[in-house]
Amino acid sequence: MTEHIVTSYDEELKDLAVKITRMGGHAEKVLTDATQALHRHDEELAMRTINADEQIDRLEHEIEEQAILMIAKRQPVAADLREVIAAIKISSDLERIGDLAKNIAKRAVAVQSETGANKAVLGIDHMSRTASEQLKDVLDAFTQRDVDKAMKVWHRDSELDAMYTSIFRELLTYMMEDTRNITYSTHLLFAAKNIERIGDHATNIAETIFYLAKGEPLRDERPKQDASSFTRADYPQSDD
Amino acid sequence: MNDATTAERPAAADTSEVRPTGPIVVPDPDMNPTRVAARDVSVFYGAKQALFDVSIDIPERSVTAFIGPSGCGKSTFLRCINRMNDTIDGCRVTGDITLDDRDIYDPSLDVVELRARVGMVFQKPNPFPKSIYENIAYGPRIHGLARGKTEMDAVVETSLRKAGLWDEVKDRLDDPGTGLSGGQQQRLCIARAIAVSPEVILMDEPCSALDPIATAKVEELIDELKENYCIIIVTHSMQQAARVSQRTAFFHLGVVVEVGPTEHIFTNPKDERTHDYITGRFG
Repeated sequence: MTEHIVTSYDEELKDLAVKITRMGGHAEKVLTDATQALHRHDEELAMRTINADEQIDRLEHEIEEQAILMIAKRQPVAADLREVIAAIKISSDLERIGDLAKNIAKRAVAVQSETGANKAVLGIDHMSRTASEQLKDVLDAFTQRDVDKAMKVWHRDSELDAMYTSIFRELLTYMMEDTRNITYSTHLLFAAKNIERIGDHATNIAETIFYLAKGEPLRDERPKQDASSFTRADYPQSDD
Repeated sequence: MNDATTAERPAAADTSEVRPTGPIVVPDPDMNPTRVAARDVSVFYGAKQALFDVSIDIPERSVTAFIGPSGCGKSTFLRCINRMNDTIDGCRVTGDITLDDRDIYDPSLDVVELRARVGMVFQKPNPFPKSIYENIAYGPRIHGLARGKTEMDAVVETSLRKAGLWDEVKDRLDDPGTGLSGGQQQRLCIARAIAVSPEVILMDEPCSALDPIATAKVEELIDELKENYCIIIVTHSMQQAARVSQRTAFFHLGVVVEVGPTEHIFTNPKDERTHDYITGRFG
């Protein structure tokens, strides 16, 4: 696309995109660090991660303010308008991702005292890596305005959903086996749920990228594989 | 009226470039029935061609906006609809324009009557050098639309009310029209056009000379008028076109590039030229 006659308009749009990319980088890092803290029982890393959320919040405010100012100043239309709206929506999704990662880090602090291992941690690790890939891919798709890449992320979310369902069931069995597992497993369950939510936000970003590039919203229903809402526990029969 | 002859002449188009096959027309299922239809309309100023095979349907009881850079032919096309181009020496119009399916260039059609049915409001308000009352009464009197003073008083009051001007001038109808503010003068000109019961109102940049508040009042008036009249507005303000119109046509170098529902044109135009113009990327 050619440039605006008024160059400051282009500079403002570019600045908006740069801020989103920077915010995305922070979000990727806090997710990775939070999962590591959980896995390794690293309280110090967990605390640093919790504090790092502040930068993400600050960037969201900056982006929102700039977007609102651009709307007032420039009355953007067509693709420019979609850029500004996309920036607002994506920054909101990234801010939520940051919060969810912060919550995972808080769980890491909570399970510090757990001495035993919980096999579900491996599954959560794997899930987190997938979510990190999703986040990285969708941010790349944004930078490149690549709709196909965004759609791959959109479709892949069902993988995360399936992983979560499986971890959910796994943790239930641990809790049923031995009540001493309940505290640890419950924290891990929340952590896993947070990762699943991060995946959902990544698909939101993918949908926004679709809208940004195509000029119309994505109407399809995303295939969902999170069956945890319908999962029932089969309690072992008591011996009478 | 003098404005047609002093109006800006469009830039001579470069006829060596390849002409596109026709405008992108985005249909609108909610569009009202067509009031004014143009087919393959071309306009020449002497040897120079200013409009190239313009075809467009203008729906009734709604506002259609023409946008485009200076010299693109939008005002030229507007002036075809009430045959104001007839008054320009050397100006030649080809193609068909119909009003309610009747050819406006039919020799049996009374062009004076046409100009009552298709009213026009210009960029610079141009009230007659007469009283406010006489500004409104002049047209109906000439067309024999009112018998006697009581009827004329009613026509004048109705027109001024419809133009949102009555309350401001009812106590000074004998004052000169030129003594009003710019915004009031423009609304007086709109009232004057309405007084002869038009079906179509053409507006050529009606708010260019007005301050923001007067502009807003005229836009409010346009919103009300569209319930009863077919309105075509030429405007340089993208935001105004987006605010007041239901359908927008983008003109460029004497050609209609794209026409469609206003919300479509301003959120997701199909043609790159349309997009570049509305986003301020035209070099």
